[in-house]
Amino acid sequence: MAEGVLREVTLALPMVPEMEIEASKTATAIAESIRMSPDRIDEVRMAVVEACINALEHSHASDQEVFVTFQVLGEPGDAEKLRILVRDHGVGFSPDDVEEPRIDKKILLDGPKRGWGLKIIRGLMDEVEILSGVDGTTVVMSKMR
Amino acid sequence: MTESLNITVDRRQGLAVIYTEGYINNQGGEEIAKAAYKLLDEGYKNILLNLAGTKIVNSIGISILIEIIEKMIEIDGKLGFCCLTPTIEKTFHIMGLAQYAPIYADEATAVGQMQP
Repeated sequence: MAEGVLREVTLALPMVPEMEIEASKTATAIAESIRMSPDRIDEVRMAVVEACINALEHSHASDQEVFVTFQVLGEPGDAEKLRILVRDHGVGFSPDDVEEPRIDKKILLDGPKRGWGLKIIRGLMDEVEILSGVDGTTVVMSKMR
Repeated sequence: MTESLNITVDRRQGLAVIYTEGYINNQGGEEIAKAAYKLLDEGYKNILLNLAGTKIVNSIGISILIEIIEKMIEIDGKLGFCCLTPTIEKTFHIMGLAQYAPIYADEATAVGQMQP
């Protein structure tokens, strides 16, 4: 089935603490508009929060901004999917080099307890792709309605 | 823009319940840790975190909860969770937290299991 962009909204958010909450509110509003179930909306909201925090903490973007694009996909009158792109203009990273966190390696051992963001995003969304290079990083994540 | 976290504590026989209301981010996690460590100093070894009033958490806040779980394990105590939203519970399972801190559906069940 052909999948077009029915609606698109982009936020440009300054990298300040709790900007992720603003992104999550927009995610909620758009997901509600396509009648996604409340539990699935919550999952989208949390994934958006994590993607924004990753950009805030790790991108080192000189423009100090995060761009969050929400796309409603489907056919006219039949929204099927919400796709969200969280983009920064930071230094980028190699997703393949990021070790998957494991609780037994985080708990009761010295070392950082953090580093869960991508694992949480992948666990909560239906599709996740990470595009990263010298121009920055874009996390592309989707959830069916 | 600030989404602060409010905490209340209910001290019971052998068990303390921490109630949260609001966003558990880094500041929220630190507030919970402060309350939990104070309870440890008072001699409580069983702490229940009732998250009924929390609809959103982030991984930084959860990483602070991991530190509290560690501390509880070190003193042979227990941290439990109850009243999680389905998404927060799913997130805890994705991270594997449930292996180290039990998750209960409601407070009555949690108290029944955790109170000595």
